[in-house]
Amino acid sequence: MLPKLFFGYFSIVMIVLSLLIITRRNPVHSVLWMLVLFFHIAGLYLFLNAEFLAAVQFILYAGAILVLFLFAIMMLNLKEELTAERFIGEWPIGVALGISILMLIYFTISKFIQGPAGQYTIEAIKKETHTKTIGKVLYTEYLFPFEIASLILLIAIVGAIVLAKKSG
Amino acid sequence: MVPLNWYIGLSAVIFIIGMVGFIIRRNIIIMLMSVELMLNSVNISLVAFSHYLQDLKGQILVFFIIAVAAAEAAVGLAILVALFKNKAAVHTDEITEMKG
Repeated sequence: MLPKLFFGYFSIVMIVLSLLIITRRNPVHSVLWMLVLFFHIAGLYLFLNAEFLAAVQFILYAGAILVLFLFAIMMLNLKEELTAERFIGEWPIGVALGISILMLIYFTISKFIQGPAGQYTIEAIKKETHTKTIGKVLYTEYLFPFEIASLILLIAIVGAIVLAKKSG
Repeated sequence: MVPLNWYIGLSAVIFIIGMVGFIIRRNIIIMLMSVELMLNSVNISLVAFSHYLQDLKGQILVFFIIAVAAAEAAVGLAILVALFKNKAAVHTDEITEMKG
């Protein structure tokens, strides 16, 4: 009962916060609601026994990406944004599309059958701490994708500098 | 124990909210934030699958998604700053240079 109550609180708050994010007029308010949403997502990760991911969610999303968004909003002067129209003229079509896709997903979920369980049970992870288990898998089985991820970040750094530089 | 279907449902709702936000908002900053919202909803479902199937592959995938999301946010905001320098507009329906 208690886990379901927790999940109910998290899901209701997260859905309300997502709706607030996409409807606020001021982008700064959206970013601040997103901060609260990311804290709730980190709480949900803790609830799912993913402690290290919860920490990464705090540090990377709340600490780095949202600050980047705030910087971008600060650099642009968005005074007229507070009076401009928020949505495109065809917004009911977008909402209808979203609702229809949501219904499609729900019909699919009701047919969902869970597959066989793997070897990383909670006891196995508890014996070796979560961070160590994840590190072992990441640096042995997924070493090559890990290196590619570093390449992606390098390309993003170079691309961001090139784009933001004063073009000649 | 919370059923796995609930997590997938929550993830689907947040994903659709992000998608609708991406479609209906005019402001590019909010559109980029909607993309982050969609990526986060997928992360929720991956972590839930990883927990219920007792397999760490989902959580490893979340790491890569977070790395790609950080790269995407950096490049997207750089594009936004460059666009604002050239056009002084952040509304998508005012940017019509590529329209035939």
